[in-house]
This record gives sequence, structure tokens and C-alpha cells, in this order.
Amino acid sequence: MEKVLLKGNEAIAEAAIRSGCKLFFGYPITPSTEIVEYLSKNLPKAGGLVLQGEDEIASINMCHGAAATGARVMTASSSPGYSLKQEGLSNLAANELPVVIVNINRAGPGLGGLGPSQADYFQCTKGGGHGDYRLIVLAPSKAQEMYDYTMNAFDLADKYRTPVLILADGFLGQMMEPIELKERPAVELPAKDWATNGCKGRAKRKICSYALTNEVMEGYCLQWEKKFAGIQQAEQQWEEFYADDAEYLFVGYGTCGRIAKDAVLKARAMGLKVGLIRPITLWPFPEKAFAPIKNTVKGIVCVELNAGQMIEDVKLAIECKAPVVLCNRQGGMLPSENYILDAMLKNFNIAISEGV
Amino acid sequence: MEKVFGRTKGLTDVPFHYCPGCTHGIIHRLIGEVLEELDIIEDTIGVAPVGCTGFSLDFFSCDFVGAAHGRGQAVATGIKRALPDKIVFTIQGDGDIAAIGTAHAIHVAARGEKITSIMVNNALFGMTGGQMAPTTLAGQVTTTSPYGRDCAVVGTPIDLPKTIATLNGAVYVAAVSVDTPKNIMQAKKAIKKAFQVQQKGLGYALVSVLSTCPTNWGLSPVDSLKWLRENMMPVYQMGELKVAKEVEAL
Ligand code: SF4
Repeated sequence: MEKVLLKGNEAIAEAAIRSGCKLFFGYPITPSTEIVEYLSKNLPKAGGLVLQGEDEIASINMCHGAAATGARVMTASSSPGYSLKQEGLSNLAANELPVVIVNINRAGPGLGGLGPSQADYFQCTKGGGHGDYRLIVLAPSKAQEMYDYTMNAFDLADKYRTPVLILADGFLGQMMEPIELKERPAVELPAKDWATNGCKGRAKRKICSYALTNEVMEGYCLQWEKKFAGIQQAEQQWEEFYADDAEYLFVGYGTCGRIAKDAVLKARAMGLKVGLIRPITLWPFPEKAFAPIKNTVKGIVCVELNAGQMIEDVKLAIECKAPVVLCNRQGGMLPSENYILDAMLKNFNIAISEGV
Repeated sequence: MEKVFGRTKGLTDVPFHYCPGCTHGIIHRLIGEVLEELDIIEDTIGVAPVGCTGFSLDFFSCDFVGAAHGRGQAVATGIKRALPDKIVFTIQGDGDIAAIGTAHAIHVAARGEKITSIMVNNALFGMTGGQMAPTTLAGQVTTTSPYGRDCAVVGTPIDLPKTIATLNGAVYVAAVSVDTPKNIMQAKKAIKKAFQVQQKGLGYALVSVLSTCPTNWGLSPVDSLKWLRENMMPVYQMGELKVAKEVEAL
């Protein structure tokens, strides 16, 4: 299989092209810009089109229009720009339109900084815009996953008729790694028999989520609730690393998951039974991963690049049966494996000689 | 007996639920007739953002997409770029296109986006109950300008078509009215041309239609027509504001 050296952001872009994405609407913002740049260069060669919108709001709404025709479409941004897309995302979710969105999370709030951050976790996983909806959120931890998850994102979006978000950070976006350019997986997807593409030979269609009658609106809400509950059951994904027999556990996604793997190996070399659960889907949060261990694990360190956001979901998943502590860096700074391992040893009074 | 007048095929049989005397219905009828006459009903996708025009989705026989407030032209851009051979139009109020959607209004024109926009200008936000819009006239009383629009505080009304006409990508810009049978005929001509411009792929076309809002103006339907003539027409430049060379031949 073809192997190339690509930046994480470029891997997302290449995967989009190979997933049959024909349209990209975006607005440049660091540290996501390589995506729009790579696509500007390469999507036209694949018969597609990149259109730079006048702003983030235009870009997400252009995605809305393109998705309504049944086309595969994507946009990408970074935190401040992602904030501007929230109105559009709420509308995409309500109108059940499949769009793939990328947020290369930078430090915030406000204009913030350009360094790697996970400070958008709440905004990305709890809806973000107005109303009751969720995005499926996929969190890669290396360039190959940026590629693979992007392909998966397009399929999930089409399968559920819903927007799907790839959430990464500038560290993952800028880092070059060798990537296998896998073929698009063969999946059976539902026909887009709802697309508004001209009513030749069929009844007219409309795509709209607006209802001025409360009874009708409640009907819509129940339908969305059911759909999201189904996704929550069916689509939880996570990676386990030495988690089977772990007495102490790291939980971290993306860059933090990657760093925690090194910390686990260090701990194991010391004879400590330490493992990792790396959520791949941040929504739905992989609570199923915690079911087998929630009565046996002695302590959890939640590693995050924010002031503590995912930790709330970890506590819910573990039903507070074990202590969960936060180990974090912020503002674009990354923790080292020693930093997070120390946090584990200190917080849970683990003596190395004990040989846990 | 020969049938001389009937419902246009461009409209569905869903009854309009616009207020009595509101000229939205006439504008819909004109668009419906144009869709039928140009035989493009099955090739057209309409976009309606929020406002009284937001009800349009049910009234036209073509496919329709609802959009967030002000975002109609961005949504229409996405549709047109995905389906360049189809006809895409927006129908949006002045409170939508000239306020929250201004950025998109400017940039579809700047890009020469091959879509058609119909702007329904009734000088206020109708659906939300008659608030001031950027198009509200000087001294006009609305619920958010209860002492009359004070231009010293909020500026003078925007004549959006004039601005759009300055952009190269906008090849046809017209402002019409549906207050008299004669003006209705002229309005239809302009709307038809705006769709033909798109059929020929010439660029962006905008038609602003002055329309009444008897409900929020607090006037009878007949007085509303008079008010429109006496107050709106002198403020907004009427007629064909821009006919680019390539459009003249149409
Ligand atoms: S509120 Fe005004 S614009 Fe809206 S339907 Fe009623 S009269 Fe027409």
C-alpha cells in the first residue's frame, strides 16, 4: 500500500479526497490552514472544488447547501473559527445533513494562542450551538488516525445523516508522520432519498427543521433524541492499552493519549499495573470501556490540555466508584510522560518498591 | 368554457398564510409563473431563510431548503456549487438580506455567484412583529423605533440593490414594486430576467420587490399600497439599476 510522509492536517485533506468529498468550503485559520491549502491544490485535480467563504459562517452554511444536494462536503477550522460555526452546526444537526467538520483546537478562550489545546472539549462534545443535539466527535492521536478517522467520519455522517467532527490539535495537525494511503472502506450506506436536487420525476422535497406548532416541534425533538440515543449505543469507540489488569488508569484522548502510552510503558517497566483508556469517540463518550473495570480500578488520572473538562465524563462513566484526579497543562503547553506519571504516583501514594 | 386564469404550476395548492392584504402572495405568484414559463420547476431549488418568506418552502412546487436567518445566500451558494446545472434562488426579506445577511449579500455578488435573489422589502422585520430594519424609513414608527427612526442615532436606510449594483459579479439588479397592475407586470419581467440571467450562466442577479406589511404598518391593505407609493418609492431607487452588457441581449 502507498506510504507517504504527510502532516496530520494534510492526512485529513488527502483522506477527504479519497472519501469522495467533492466540495470544501473554508476560511483560513492557524493551525488548521494546511487543510484548506492542501485541498486548494489537490481537490480540483480530483474533480472537486474549494471555495473560500467570506467568513466561517458562510463556509458552514455553504456546507449546508451542498450537503442538502447529497454531495460529500467538508469544512475545517480552529477554535475561534469553530465558535463562529455553531449556529450552522445546530442547523445541520436539526436538518439532519451529513457534513464533516474539522476543529484543530488551539488554546483559548478568546483569541487565545496557537499551541495545542483541548479547551474546546465541552463545546465540541455537548452540542456547541443552541438546542439539544450532539455531533459525533472523533479524536485521532496520530497522523494515520487523522487519515483513517476522516474516512470513517464521512461514512458515519452519511449513515446517520448528521454532522461529524474530527477534533485534534495543532501538534497533531503539524506533525509529519508516514501514512498508509488506505482505500476507502466498502460500507453500505443508506440512499440519499431526501436530497433536494430538483424534483424531476418525483414529488418535491423540502429540507427544513422549522415548526411553529409546539406539538410538531416536540415530534421533531423526539425523533432527534431517538437518533442520538441510537448513536450513543452503537458508536462508542476507544483504544485500550494495558487496561485489562490495570489497577491505576490514565484516561486521555488525542495528544494526551499518545503521551500517556509512554507513561504506561514506563510504569510497567517499574512493575506497576498501569493502563490507559484512550477515548476515540468523545461523543458518544465510551462509557462502555469503563464498565469492566469500574469496580476494580483503584484510581484514575485524567490527562487533559484544559482546566478539566473530560474528567466530568470520566467520573460519570466510572460512577464515582474510584477517585479520578486531573493532570493537565494549558495554553499550548504539553505534559511530559514523567509529569503525568508523577501525578499518578503522588496522587495515589503509589510506592514504586511496592511493585503494585 | 375556456379557462383564462388559473393557479400557476409553479405553486403548490397549499394556501398562503400571509396576512390579508400582504403583497407577499403576489410576489410568490410572479415567481411561480416565471418558474412555469421558463419550464424550470423540476430543475430549481429554492432557499428561504427566516422571516415571513420563510413560509415559502411549502408554497413553491420546486425543491426547497430552509436556512438560518441571513444565511440563505450562503446555503444557495453551496447548492449551486454542488449542482451547477440547476437553478437556485433565494427569497428573503429586507431584514434578512440587508441586516444579518449583509456579508453574504455582498459576497455572492462579488463572486458572481450564478444564483438569483429575490429581496422582499417592506421596510421592517415583519415576522417578529414589526421591528426596525436597516431599510426602515426616516421617522418610521416600529416597535423598536417607537418615536420614529432617528437617523442621527441609527443612520439612514440602506438601499441595498444600489450597493450590490456596484459589484462586478452582479450582472442584473432591479428594484420593482407590486402596488399596481402595471408595476406587477414590470416586476414579473424583472424576475423573469433574473432567472434567465442564471439560465445563461451570466452571473448574479438581484431583484428587490417593494412589498406591503399592512399588519405591522397598522394600515389597511389599500392604504398600505398608498403608503408604499408615497413613502418607499421616493427613497429607494426604482427600475433596472444595473444591466450588464451580456444581459442586454436577453
Ligand atoms: S407580518 Fe407583514 S410581511 Fe409578514 S405576512 Fe403579515 S403583512 Fe405580510
